[in-house]
Amino acid sequence: MNETTLAGTPAVPVTGAVADPFVVDGVKLGSRLIMGTGGAPSLDGLGAALVASGTQLTTVAMRRYSPAETGSLFQLLEDHQIRVLPNTAGCFTAKDAVLTAELAREALETDWVKLEVIADEHTLLPDAVELVDATEQLVARGFKVFAYTNDDPVLALRLENLGATAVMPLGAPIGTGLGILNPHNIELIVARASVPVVLDAGIGTASDAALAMELGCDAVLLATAVTRAQNPVLMGEAFKHAVMAGRLAKKAGRIPRREHALASSAMEGRAEFL
Amino acid sequence: MNIRLNGTEQSVADGASVSTLVSQLTGRSIGPDGRAADGRKLGVAVARNAEVVPRSQWHATALADGDDLELVTAVQGG
Repeated sequence: MNETTLAGTPAVPVTGAVADPFVVDGVKLGSRLIMGTGGAPSLDGLGAALVASGTQLTTVAMRRYSPAETGSLFQLLEDHQIRVLPNTAGCFTAKDAVLTAELAREALETDWVKLEVIADEHTLLPDAVELVDATEQLVARGFKVFAYTNDDPVLALRLENLGATAVMPLGAPIGTGLGILNPHNIELIVARASVPVVLDAGIGTASDAALAMELGCDAVLLATAVTRAQNPVLMGEAFKHAVMAGRLAKKAGRIPRREHALASSAMEGRAEFL
Repeated sequence: MNIRLNGTEQSVADGASVSTLVSQLTGRSIGPDGRAADGRKLGVAVARNAEVVPRSQWHATALADGDDLELVTAVQGG
């Protein structure tokens, strides 16, 4: 990590990948920001935002093939050498999620899957019962399950015990941009986890991502916050720095919170004015 | 014979395989191993009657009248 030289001047800042990679399933990723592809109005804009964000892993959804609009997203990710994490978005049951994951594995030749089993379209919140069932089935079928879950420390630990490769608690419901509604629960999830914890969903702006990292998350996953920002490229870059800043702050160790002020200038030796 | 492809009824030639169908829809030539002859990745998968057909089986899997096929690919999504 970052060292300070004896003279007190900071050494060359090592904020990047090499020093502090995000390791998941034995794979070293050079960025702790996972940027999804959802919500972008155009592929060109998406490509520029992905590059600006520095992400090395991105989510895609599996949908019916349409001859008119295929090929380019695939090509875009290949061109930028961004690894693909297919999701099971839109699945309401374990059965559908397992079949979707199987299709994704076949189409994209990866056994990584972002498991998303939602309860209803209004909240888009995970259905815990179906999620547990699907995790169990997918692990048994050899998938590396990145489980999108509620911010529930009990459920997160249960998913880990079932063999999830990473647990991905939500900060707030998908697409709301409300930030991290229950930071305490996220901290609890992190404290108890032995697999990577990725804050997924609800991120609105850069400070939300920095907070997720300060709470101890290993990475942050977001899409809408960048793709629907007024300037997605600028926002992508903002998130790149936010995730790094939060990570560094976590490693640096923040000062404790205090009830009362604590002067940083010594009271001794003050000049006296008569 | 008639099949359903991505929710739409359509007729296909007798004796057509999954491979034939993928080739028709994508406009790419598919080898017996289920990979595109041009060497580039196809990025598609097929479910037949709610079961995934591995690409290695596309060639050998003949379509039957009334089959329900889903052909999917990666699209933008969070």
